[in-house]
Amino acid sequence: MADEVILLDSWPSAFGMRARIALREKGVEFDMREEDLSNKSPLLLKMNPVHKKIPVLIHNGKPVCESLVIVQYIDETWGPESPLLPSDPYERAQARFWADYMDKKMDSAGRSALWLTGEAQEVAKKEYIEFLKVLEGELGDKAYFGGERFGYADVSLIPLYAWFYVFETLGNYSIVEECPKVVAWASRCMQRESVAKSLPDQYKIYDYFLAVMKKRRAQ
Amino acid sequence: MGEELKLLGVWGSPFSRRVEIALKIKGVEYEYSEEDLFHNKSALLLEYNPVHKKIPVLVHNGKPIAESLVILEYIDETWKDSPLLPQDPYERAIARFWAKFLDEKCVPAVWKSCMSVGPEREKAQEEALEFLSTLEGELKGKKFFGGETVGFVDIVANFVGHWTGVLQEMAGVDILTEDKFPVLCKWAEEFQNCPVIKENLPPRDKLLAFFKAQRETITNFYKNKV
Repeated sequence: MADEVILLDSWPSAFGMRARIALREKGVEFDMREEDLSNKSPLLLKMNPVHKKIPVLIHNGKPVCESLVIVQYIDETWGPESPLLPSDPYERAQARFWADYMDKKMDSAGRSALWLTGEAQEVAKKEYIEFLKVLEGELGDKAYFGGERFGYADVSLIPLYAWFYVFETLGNYSIVEECPKVVAWASRCMQRESVAKSLPDQYKIYDYFLAVMKKRRAQ
Repeated sequence: MGEELKLLGVWGSPFSRRVEIALKIKGVEYEYSEEDLFHNKSALLLEYNPVHKKIPVLVHNGKPIAESLVILEYIDETWKDSPLLPQDPYERAIARFWAKFLDEKCVPAVWKSCMSVGPEREKAQEEALEFLSTLEGELKGKKFFGGETVGFVDIVANFVGHWTGVLQEMAGVDILTEDKFPVLCKWAEEFQNCPVIKENLPPRDKLLAFFKAQRETITNFYKNKV
């Protein structure tokens, strides 16, 4: 019996991108359904009643919510020969730590830098580049956050890249100058088909951001 | 080769106590080191958790792990007896979902309901009631979130099981009450009476006195953290 895999998603979402990459890394066929977040589908509301958010992975009718929970579920369900999380418990803990770090930072600095105004936004913009600098330090001379192999931490972090142009323009800084290793790592990740297929173009994201800003101002 | 296991924690912190509960369930010996968070974080803490500078930090053979949920999974994967998470990938996903819900939604809402002032407090109270109601729905029919025995989600819910009662008494608010949340209150009672949990909860009266005395210090300290 074939697996039925549906991903409720929204193309600009960094969290949705994580799920897309993980599924593609494992070679899982899936039906990606674009949600209109201003008009959420009955399926989304039924499958994620608690948060009503994307991404939601629906595997043979059963929903999994929260992007990092989804990525771990994908890792544990498919492709045991190509694991995303390393096998060593300590390395797994490190991978989880960095994925969680991005979640915490995007929830605070990321959101505020994008959607707030005035002093709060200025502070957030600085926090965002500081966050990237911490990643720069952690990456060091490693090819990937996990070391030699592309893995869970990279899957979790690489969607940041799609939003770099937006943050650079807002913050008036050059990410490649401030964090050259992170940018090199991002380019390395983009060589992978799973990543290239899952991340929208930075300028498309920027246009999307402008459109949302325009809509918000009109309201 | 001896195993060296050290926990940097704070006696009154639910996050720190989660780790202790997990280690006790696994029957693992460890050395505990109390941190003075408000006045004097140890050099060791700053070295072991430079990113967040927070407790708990578990140090295993000199290697540090931070963030309580990350630590819990590490403990579960390193000491395989008495598993905390279920084996089935879907059930594990459900457990991880509720752990996140507790940490990202319930804890901040309850905390702000008790520690904040003005409109922020009112909003937090509305949210806290909503989130606890969701939890109550998830628990219905089960003795523990983990089923018949305490599991991953129950450990993470220790804040609801013990700290909430203390905080709401200190603040003079009614959030987790039997008439509103009979299932959750029953669970809290079962949770607190579990032998391994009982031994690892800070005494209620001490915790209450601590929060009362430190209210202002804590509010300022946690203003940007929760």
